[in-house]
Amino acid sequence: MNPVQLVTPAGDRTTHAEYAFEGDRAAIESLFRDLVMTRRVDVEAFALQRHGELGLWPPVLGQEAAQVGSARAMRDHDFAFPTYRDHGVAWCRGVDPTWLLGIFRGSWLGGWDPAEHQIALPNIIIGAQTLHATGYGMGLVLEGLVGTGDPERDSAVIAYFGDGATSQGDVSEALDWAAVYQAPVVFFCENNQYAISVPVERQTRVPIAQRADGFGLPGVRVDGNDVLACHAVTERALQRARDGQGPTLVEAVTYRMGAHTTSDDPTRYRDAAEVEAWQAKDPIERVRLLLVTEGTPAAFFAEVEAEADALGARLREACRQIPEPELAELFDHVFVESTIENRQQKAEHIAWRDAIEGSVA
Amino acid sequence: MPEFNLPDVGEGLTEAEIVSWRVSVGDTVQVNDVIVEIETAKSLVELPSPFAGEVTALLASEGETIEVGRPIIAIGEERQAMLVGYGPRAETSARRRRAPAVAASPPDEVTVSRPLAKPPVRKLAKDLGVDLAAIHAAGAIITRAEVEAAAGRHGERGAGATEGMTSGDGDVRIPVKGVRKATAEAMVRSAFTAPHVTEWVTLDVSRTMELVARLKADRAFAGVKVSPTLVVAKAICLALRRTPELNAQWDDEVREIVVKRSVNLGVAAATERGLVVPVIHGADAMSLLDLATAIGELTATAREGRTQPAQMSGGTFTLTNIGVFGVDGGTPIINPGESGILALGSIERRPWVDENDAVVARWVTTLALSFDHRVVDGEQGSRFLADVAAILRDPGLALTY
Repeated sequence: MNPVQLVTPAGDRTTHAEYAFEGDRAAIESLFRDLVMTRRVDVEAFALQRHGELGLWPPVLGQEAAQVGSARAMRDHDFAFPTYRDHGVAWCRGVDPTWLLGIFRGSWLGGWDPAEHQIALPNIIIGAQTLHATGYGMGLVLEGLVGTGDPERDSAVIAYFGDGATSQGDVSEALDWAAVYQAPVVFFCENNQYAISVPVERQTRVPIAQRADGFGLPGVRVDGNDVLACHAVTERALQRARDGQGPTLVEAVTYRMGAHTTSDDPTRYRDAAEVEAWQAKDPIERVRLLLVTEGTPAAFFAEVEAEADALGARLREACRQIPEPELAELFDHVFVESTIENRQQKAEHIAWRDAIEGSVA
Repeated sequence: MPEFNLPDVGEGLTEAEIVSWRVSVGDTVQVNDVIVEIETAKSLVELPSPFAGEVTALLASEGETIEVGRPIIAIGEERQAMLVGYGPRAETSARRRRAPAVAASPPDEVTVSRPLAKPPVRKLAKDLGVDLAAIHAAGAIITRAEVEAAAGRHGERGAGATEGMTSGDGDVRIPVKGVRKATAEAMVRSAFTAPHVTEWVTLDVSRTMELVARLKADRAFAGVKVSPTLVVAKAICLALRRTPELNAQWDDEVREIVVKRSVNLGVAAATERGLVVPVIHGADAMSLLDLATAIGELTATAREGRTQPAQMSGGTFTLTNIGVFGVDGGTPIINPGESGILALGSIERRPWVDENDAVVARWVTTLALSFDHRVVDGEQGSRFLADVAAILRDPGLALTY
């Protein structure tokens, strides 16, 4: 299964029998901007962890095209279920990255309103969000928001997960259910080659996209470092879903250039040569080369760079301004409508906390 | 002056070693420039600077292990304070500082010799208000001790657990803190509250040594450390079944003796930090293999200095292997809150009179048991010690417990 590719690592356009990117140069510039901002959010957050401001950070470095290309193919009323590494997806859905910093600073449990941005909170449980997405998709069907032919109405859902997650029972159940009930779900697998230190060869004997055959849904392999290809493939898959033609499994072949998280040391389990080979397939550089060829002025790149610098500075400042968490607030999030016991426990916690603070003072 | 405290870069790390500084005092850094490489228990990590400005002090040396949260670098103003002996600098360039004797420099910079001291010592001098130029150093470089002596602050140190500080008369004064302090307090409390009785038995443990050799070759025990200590630990657990009084606690407050339900066996380990006694909870319910695994893990953790306080609490009986130091026996002091401690002496080939009155070479060792006479009388103490000895003489007897 050759991955769908529309731009080579050298920045040259290629053609594909089934897929094409439908946008003009301005559209590519817009994607480029999101790629650069996603990387800057990531670089800045990684540094903030090393400054001691964040407890942990899972870097997205190298996977920007898979996330930006797919997320930008969504319509406003589509819904995304991301993992903890999908910072680029959150960015494209208009989520302020400060929310992500707060989660990894341990200052709040989630943050943004999923309904406002049409994106769920990052899922830490590996693969569980594929079930959530399938359930959401079933909800869309039951509410008559699929296959009506009205583009303002028809909606789809996209679930993000990694290569490691494909070994989870949850993912198999989600794929099976979605296929059987033709749920409007795009299963977007970012195959970054490693589940922490376990290589993808230890997850499956066949390409991940090929596993779709067994469940009875189409599987597509796409160059995950090619933002145009990821956009084109995901757009088609989302449209199928909205039209009521069922789910698609997209495998974006990419590479996690950095560590699994800031606590991981990837040099212990992979070669420098392998990392170098993927470095040459950088998802941002190829778009920059393409844009230069197609006549984008140098001022555009300088402008994006300046915008990224400003974003970085803003995030550093915003991170330090995040308020300390109030533990008592946890009780407010247990139930939609609090119970007597829950309110009692909250009161007990506050009394206990005040007793301690009182004795210290 | 902003200082950068060593962050926890890996979810729960407590310390890291400074591997190499990428900047020097006087360098100008931007936010996120790499300033230092550190090595944690998990990996080598480059740290980016959280501040922009001139590096005014490196507060840790290469090779030094620093606790998370301690400042490692100062970036920003207050340059003069760190450069005692210098006049105000004429140049405003942010380049790396050159040696002072440059022809173009103002005269006072040429004539004033800069006192040499490592960055942490300079920081200390600054904190203590000591003028480095006023110190007459014994060597070429002013030491921490000399700064502290100048400040009249003997015996106070920021870091380092074991090395002492030489005072003027050559004596070494070691601050009492950390593990040393905890040990001292515990020993005093035990020695002067629990009336200790110590009993010895010397015995032939050749069969135990045979068992150890057999288990070492056993595939089930591959990967775990099988040692005489393991068999002694098991023997203690078995003997405590018959004499649970040794697995008890004197509760002074309510004047009760609390006979503990399970055996939480402390195993004393000598570490760089000092004596650490990690506890194996529920040792009596463990198979020999589980016990071996638990001892291996706990002693390894202790030797790495990572034993958590919780792992050292709740002990009901302690085993200490002083034989590893090559001695025959001793009178161990009971861990506070327990009623007994068994010391295992060195196991050596000795002449032994066998059942046929022949003198043969056998593996011989001495066990010493100290017990709290408030809790236990000679009868129970002796029975327990004799039981442990009997099992070690003939491990087959374990089947009878």
